Amino acid sequence: MLRIPVDMVEAIVAHARADHPDEACGIIAGPAGSDRPTRLVPMTNAERSPTFYRFDSGEQLRLYKQLDAADEEVVVVYHSHTATEAYPSRTDISYAGEPQAHYVLVSTREPDSHEFRSFRIFDGVVSEEDVEIIPAGPDVAPLSTGESGSQPVSAATHLVQS
Amino acid sequence: MSVSVSVPTILRPVTKGEKTVSAEGGTLAEVITDLDSRYSGLGDRLVKNGALHRFVNIYVNDEDVRFTGGLETTVAEGDEVTILPAVAGGSSTAGSSR
Repeated sequence: MLRIPVDMVEAIVAHARADHPDEACGIIAGPAGSDRPTRLVPMTNAERSPTFYRFDSGEQLRLYKQLDAADEEVVVVYHSHTATEAYPSRTDISYAGEPQAHYVLVSTREPDSHEFRSFRIFDGVVSEEDVEIIPAGPDVAPLSTGESGSQPVSAATHLVQS
Repeated sequence: MSVSVSVPTILRPVTKGEKTVSAEGGTLAEVITDLDSRYSGLGDRLVKNGALHRFVNIYVNDEDVRFTGGLETTVAEGDEVTILPAVAGGSSTAGSSR
């Protein structure tokens, strides 16, 4: 399951909308081994294409060096499909090279609604997973017992983004 | 020529978990051949049909080798070689979810 702060969901969707009809892409980093997405980094789609994306290689190297220095890793890799569903294509599967990452796909094919889905892609096998949207903030408290924990998106959208 | 090679997460099972390994060679191709002799299978993950595999980016001292001669890129003592997975994909192949 992917647990992701609502402000990051909104930022990814906004990025996808802004780059539409080209595919948008980026990552969310988090502390190594935490599986916690904490820092969103929109990346340049060097292909500037409606059907393909590739991180700019120089930008990617700088990013990965920063992550390494900060003891962070890629927790989420996201990109948009702008005319098809939010499901990994064969191309997505063949390139999936971050075994620890959640692969988030957003579809912007509908102007007024979007699909936001998350997958694991490992050794060519795709597994969809649940997405739990949690309140925004750098230090989201651990979920206490006795509560479902996650909040509906609508209840969390007014939280101030820090 | 001895160079250091930074290995991405996805290839570390091949390098026995090592994040940085050293290798010998005067060109990137020689470096990869040397690595493959000690970490069997690594070469096939980096090179396909005599060219750099499209699924990986390789940098020599922060320069993407696609712009510096590919596998023939020369390396010198102390150079840093970085291997990263190409982060790429897209909807270009339709019908994937069937």
